[in-house]
Amino acid sequence: MQLILLIFMSFVGAAAIAAPDGAQLYADNCATCHGDKGSGGVGVPLALPSFLENVDDNFLRQTIRRGRPGRVMPAFPKLSAAQLDALVGHIRSWSGKPAPEFATTPVKGDPLHGKALFASNCVACHGENGEGGKGTGVTFSRSRDLPIIAPALNNPGFLQAATDEMIRHTLLYGREGTSMRSFLEQGLSEKDIGDLVAYVRSFEKQADVSGLAKVVPDEKIIIAESPYTLDETIENLKNAIVSQNFQLIRTDLLEHGLVEEGEESKQEIILHFCNFKFLYDALAIDPRVGLFLPCRITVVEHEGKVQVMTINPLYLSHLFNNEELDEVCKQMHGIYTAIIEDATL
Amino acid sequence: MMKRSLNTVFIWLVLLLPVQALAEQLLMARSLQPFPETMLALQESIRAHGYTVSRVQRVDIGLTGMGYKTDKYRIVFAGKIDEIRHLSEKAPQLMPYLPPKVSIFAEGSQTILVSANPQLYAEIAGEAVDPVIFDRWENDLRSIFHDVSKAEE
Repeated sequence: MQLILLIFMSFVGAAAIAAPDGAQLYADNCATCHGDKGSGGVGVPLALPSFLENVDDNFLRQTIRRGRPGRVMPAFPKLSAAQLDALVGHIRSWSGKPAPEFATTPVKGDPLHGKALFASNCVACHGENGEGGKGTGVTFSRSRDLPIIAPALNNPGFLQAATDEMIRHTLLYGREGTSMRSFLEQGLSEKDIGDLVAYVRSFEKQADVSGLAKVVPDEKIIIAESPYTLDETIENLKNAIVSQNFQLIRTDLLEHGLVEEGEESKQEIILHFCNFKFLYDALAIDPRVGLFLPCRITVVEHEGKVQVMTINPLYLSHLFNNEELDEVCKQMHGIYTAIIEDATL
Repeated sequence: MMKRSLNTVFIWLVLLLPVQALAEQLLMARSLQPFPETMLALQESIRAHGYTVSRVQRVDIGLTGMGYKTDKYRIVFAGKIDEIRHLSEKAPQLMPYLPPKVSIFAEGSQTILVSANPQLYAEIAGEAVDPVIFDRWENDLRSIFHDVSKAEE
């Protein structure tokens, strides 16, 4: 028996000691968002030649390790250094070229002049304060011929991952296949570009680089007790939903579809409703918002008490690492609260 | 001696679990198949795991009906009636999140699946419910996503 165990352990041990499989790590952790061959989707197209020619391996490692707080890309703090190297090696294999290397010395420049140049050359895509383009991924946010949303240059994850020289290189040569053009060709001098780098680096002073710990609300649901009967509460809710410019889609039993028709409990009722403009805008911000859909409020009658409850969007929003979506969740929290208060007051 | 050896093997196996077994808050998968085939595979796998598909919300139909341009987007609700009743009774605060759901949407000629990690429900339910039910949901969901992403590969 011990011999069998010893043989088993030696096989297992060999597998554990073997170098991590970058392709497998990529398939497990990255392919869903970035595409199985790096063509992009919810995440950026990593296989884009001009992307790989402009970023060094340390930028990729740091980006995977730290993510982009508030910009969808999560951090992977639990990957080992060897796993990170394997992942980067796999991503790098798409280019067939060696990784560029950039000096880590700071680029000297005049950030004040850089600010003026940023306002006239960069704001249209990267936003007034370098907050980046809106939306997430292709299909719902934008068409597939626009492969990249302008990155958030003020993001602490970006600022920690990118060296000054890497930013300078991108400004000098642009990124073919994206909206990012060579600013040398646009008429800026090398000194101007140095000033721009200095300004982008100055975002560090405004950004919280400590990791942006997010406060998750304690309340998982929005709930209120109704002084009305079950039927009255439902009627009140229908009116309140319409008054918030939402359209009532249907009223369902919670157990609908899970048991034969007629056997459902009649004490748990769900009102489904929608504002299609709101939905359309939310999908453009983050196509993963299905977790919030459809908008619905559950009414429960138990031992003579009627309760009205729904999800707390502010609680769910912490799953998405998307600041734009956080704003929508704040709005939705307000709408749910107003509907429930209207119906139960 | 035998027990100790088996324990050692068990510890090794746990240490070798793949990275995706680490807890994530959102579970996501990509199918290389177009939307209709993936939708079919998803519903088949849900049923094969013993759950009932209770409703499919056609988000894209609603949007196009209102004049908005969109790609395919559906929400698939599924559950087991005994578990839904048990959870509704023991942890009523979970009701707004029930039945559990999977979002499925087209991304070009491929399809993306997204769901909350069922451990989220454990957090909402608190101590009122034995978390083993959510561990099982998580395992089943991972298995369903694996089935769908490997279908016809």
